[in-house]
Amino acid sequence: MTDVAWIDSLLRSARPQSVSALLRYFRDLDRAEEAFQEACLRALKAWPINGPPRDPVAWLILVGRNVGLDDVRRVRRIDPLPGDDQISELGDAEADIADRLDNSHYRDDLLRLLFICCHPDLPAVQQVALALRVVSGLSVKEIARAFLVSESAMEQRITRAKSRVARADIPFETPGAVERAERLGAVAAMLYLLFNEGYAASGGDQHVRAPLCDEAIRLARLLLGLFPGEPEIMGLTALMLLQHARTPARLDADGAIVLLEDQVRGLWNRDMIAEGLALIEKARRHRRPGPYQIQAAIAGVHAHAATAADTDWSEIDALYASLERLQPSPVVTLNRAVAVSKVQGPAAALAMIEPLAGPLSGYFHFFGVKGGLLMRLGRSDEARVAFDRAIALAHTPAEAAHIRLHLDRLIQDNQPA
Amino acid sequence: MRYAFLCCHDEATINSWTKEQDDAVLAKRAKVTDKLAARGKLGPAVRLMPTTAATTVRMGREPVVLDGPFAETKEALLGFYLIDCDSLEEAIDIAQQIGRDENVVFEIRPVKLYLPKDEAS
Repeated sequence: MTDVAWIDSLLRSARPQSVSALLRYFRDLDRAEEAFQEACLRALKAWPINGPPRDPVAWLILVGRNVGLDDVRRVRRIDPLPGDDQISELGDAEADIADRLDNSHYRDDLLRLLFICCHPDLPAVQQVALALRVVSGLSVKEIARAFLVSESAMEQRITRAKSRVARADIPFETPGAVERAERLGAVAAMLYLLFNEGYAASGGDQHVRAPLCDEAIRLARLLLGLFPGEPEIMGLTALMLLQHARTPARLDADGAIVLLEDQVRGLWNRDMIAEGLALIEKARRHRRPGPYQIQAAIAGVHAHAATAADTDWSEIDALYASLERLQPSPVVTLNRAVAVSKVQGPAAALAMIEPLAGPLSGYFHFFGVKGGLLMRLGRSDEARVAFDRAIALAHTPAEAAHIRLHLDRLIQDNQPA
Repeated sequence: MRYAFLCCHDEATINSWTKEQDDAVLAKRAKVTDKLAARGKLGPAVRLMPTTAATTVRMGREPVVLDGPFAETKEALLGFYLIDCDSLEEAIDIAQQIGRDENVVFEIRPVKLYLPKDEAS
């Protein structure tokens, strides 16, 4: 790797923890980001000459903090701090700060930074955009491209989101156990949103945006590293790994959606599957099941099946049943109905989803599943109505094209031989 | 003399590499290790899963099982076993049998990639 490439990857990986520690010092998001930016510029100058520091995160925090304090003093017209040349000679100071920045600090800092992005007043997409900007350090341009909006529109959204969270006044004291658990829950939900934004893009012509999934997994691993005993964070990480493992098989060469049962399983990423399954096993030892662990277990059942026909659908049905108990929602019931259709047949599944027609009246997948079940029951006219509705609700051209395939098949089947 | 080479790296950095960057590093290394394999000098090579997949068993009067990697600096790494286990439960059980009546600590880490002796990467 070239100098710039390795420094870039070090800075990228150091960013979440550095910015979150700087936030604790300055208690101001903009100042923390600016201080980190300045520290990066100095790293780009100093590291190619001196080599990378032993602990890049500690180096960036220390330099960023000095730079930020310097700025504060300049504004207040107080005596300036020593010059850059002295700041780059960190020596013992770096070792000292590394000692003090043990995991307990890091973890609450990072959790706080992630939690700030989860403000309940912010719409889901803005939470994710803010996290990508502040925690991951993506440029506004990159985020705008990922969400298919103009750069100026995204700039405005992020600015607004930032001023909203600045007013929220999230306390900087070390959180208590209950508060920490609440923050973890909110952050997990936000990371899963980020993942899903990449996994099933909510608009535009790209159905899968893998870099967003990679980023969500990276942040989840970081979080799990700091909270190693949290079974739901293990479950969340496992869930994302197991789902993302299928990415290479989810679209065909023409960009059309390939359903799980038709995917070439040899294309699945075996490393991600193995890691996901290992995390499920770790989580299970805690005997504290939760929604992410159950969803991961469902993805795990699919990952275990060598072919679609080998899938243990009654296990999946049972897992969805426990998910329904834990977190009742029409979407969970809809998913369970798919498993029921494999175990008991389409009629039982159709009966199960009838009551969902109201709550899911605007949900693409509801009409896709309903159409599929009606088709299997030979009720072609009703199936066509459901598929038409699904196409109208599709978020991406790939989703619409997939349903159109079913419609074409219906039309062919109905033509006299 | 056989030497064990324990690869230590900044995990956050490795995890933020793209697949292309990761492949490039492995390809660069293979230029060296493939030659060693051809001369019969390369032993088994192993790539471990991330530390988030690790479980630590601390032996003593009451064995303690902890999530996460071995993080103490007091003890030193003095050896390792590669054991094929059916489950994490079995792995923990084996660790407790091997380490009975000792104050040893085992970090149990799933293996991501296993290359047998002299198998070029």
